[in-house]
Amino acid sequence: MVVGIIGYGAHVPRRRIRVEEIAKVWGADAPSYKRGLKLHQKSVPALDEDTVTLAVEAARNAFERSGGVHPAEVGAVYVGSESHPYAVKPSGTIVAEALGIVPEVHIADLEFACKAGSEGMYLAQSLVKAGEVRYAMGIGADTSQGAPGDALEYSAAAGAAAFLFGADPDRLIAEVMATYSWTTDTPDFWRREHMHYPRHGSRFTGEPAYFRHIMSSAQGIMEKAGLEPRDFAYAVFHQPNGKFPLRVGKRLGFTMEQLEPGWLSPWLGNTYSGASPIGLTATLDVAKPGDLILMTSFGSGAGSDSFIFKVTDRIEAVRDRAPRTRPQIDENVIQIDYGTYAKLRRKIRLGE
Amino acid sequence: MRSPGRSWREHPQRYRLEAAKCTGCGRILYPPRVVCPDCGGREFETVTLPRKGTIVTYTVIDVPPTGFQGQAPLVLALVELENGVRTMVQVADVPDMDRLAVGMPVKLEFRRISEDGEAGLIFYGHKAVPA
Ligand SMILES: [Zn+2]
Repeated sequence: MVVGIIGYGAHVPRRRIRVEEIAKVWGADAPSYKRGLKLHQKSVPALDEDTVTLAVEAARNAFERSGGVHPAEVGAVYVGSESHPYAVKPSGTIVAEALGIVPEVHIADLEFACKAGSEGMYLAQSLVKAGEVRYAMGIGADTSQGAPGDALEYSAAAGAAAFLFGADPDRLIAEVMATYSWTTDTPDFWRREHMHYPRHGSRFTGEPAYFRHIMSSAQGIMEKAGLEPRDFAYAVFHQPNGKFPLRVGKRLGFTMEQLEPGWLSPWLGNTYSGASPIGLTATLDVAKPGDLILMTSFGSGAGSDSFIFKVTDRIEAVRDRAPRTRPQIDENVIQIDYGTYAKLRRKIRLGE
Repeated sequence: MRSPGRSWREHPQRYRLEAAKCTGCGRILYPPRVVCPDCGGREFETVTLPRKGTIVTYTVIDVPPTGFQGQAPLVLALVELENGVRTMVQVADVPDMDRLAVGMPVKLEFRRISEDGEAGLIFYGHKAVPA
C-alpha cells in the first residue's frame, strides 16, 4: 500500500513585528540580528488566535485540497505544539470538534519542542500504513513566546500546518517514500511546568543540538533510501532563524535553489511545531509531479524526524483549492509596534 | 460568562457553523431554533453555512464591555453569507478603520470569542476577517 499526503494546508496570522521594533526597546543592534540570524520580521497572533484556532484553519485548508474527504472518515488527529492553550484539556478535541471529525476518532496532543508537528505527521502516516485508519491528520501549530529581551524574542512566532494522510491512489498528492528519526537526550532548551518562558543552553543550542540531529537524521534517511542531495528537487529543514536552515542545508550538500521555497523564517520567524511543516506546504505549492522533497524537523531535547516525499500528478489539480502559503506570509500583513505586541502577547499586567 | 454546559451544547453552531434548514419552507435558521418563524414547522435538517460573505451593516464600539477591553475599537457587523443567511459577528484583523465599509467582502475564521478569566474555559467560535 502506498501512503501519502492527500491534503495539506497552512495558516499564518496577519500581524508582523519587525526586528528593528524589538531591538529598539532593548537597546540591541538590529542589523546584527538581520545579518547574523537572517531575521527581518516575525508573525504575531492576535488576542483571539491561539494554537487551536490556527490548527483549525490550517486543517480546513488541508480538507479543501483533499478532494472531498469527509471529516467523519478521519480516524486519528494529532496536534503537536509547545503552546497548547490548556495545560490539561486536549487541543485536539477542540480542533476535531470544529472540523466535524468527532466522535469516532483517536486524538492526542503531542509535545516535543519544535518537532511536535512532524511527530503527528509520522504517527498519522504510520496508522494509515498499518491499516488501522483510512485517513489520519497530523498538525503542527504554535504561538510561541520568548522571554522579553531574550534572543528568542526576535524569532518566536505563530503559525500552523496540517497534513491529511491516506492511501487512496486517486487522492495522493505526495507519496511517503521513507521516514527516519534520530533522537538523544540533549539539554539545549527547556521549560519547566508553570514557567511562562523557556530557558536555553545558549551556544549549546547550535552544534550538539540542531546541527548534529538534523545532519544525522537527514543523512540517515538518504542512506536508507539510497538517495543523495542531488536527487531531490527541494529540501526543508527546521528553521529557528534564517541562518541555521541554510547552513545545515549547505553542509549536507543542498543548493540554495533546493532550499529557497521552504525557507520562510526570515519573514515568518520560528513557528516552532509549525516551522518545517509550513516550509513543506510552501514547497508543495511550487513542486512539480515527480519531484522528491526531503523534510527534516528538529525539536530541542532533542530529536529530528525526516521524511522523503514524492510528488504526484495530482498536485497541479489541488494546490489552488486553498490559500497558498507564501502569499499568506507576504500579503495583507498588519505591522505592529512593540507596545501592541506586548499587549497581544499578554506581557502587560492589567489591573484586576 | 457562558456555563460549560451551555457552551458545550452550542458547539455545533459555534464551532462548525451548523444551521437548521426548515424542511417545510426551506428557510435556514442560524442560530437553530425549535420552531420555524415563517411556517411554524418543527422539522429541520442540518446544513453547514458557507464561510464567505459581505458586510451588510456594522458598528464600532469604542468602549467595549468587560472581557473585551483589549480589543477596542470593537467592530460588530451584520454579515450576509453566500447563501443569503445573515449573522451578527465580530470583525477581526481590520488593518485600519477607514477600510471598513458596507459591502466589504469577509470570510469567517475560527477564533477565540471570550474566556472565563485566566483559569476558566476558553470559548471558541467564528469572527469575520477581511477576505
Ligand atoms: Zn419553515
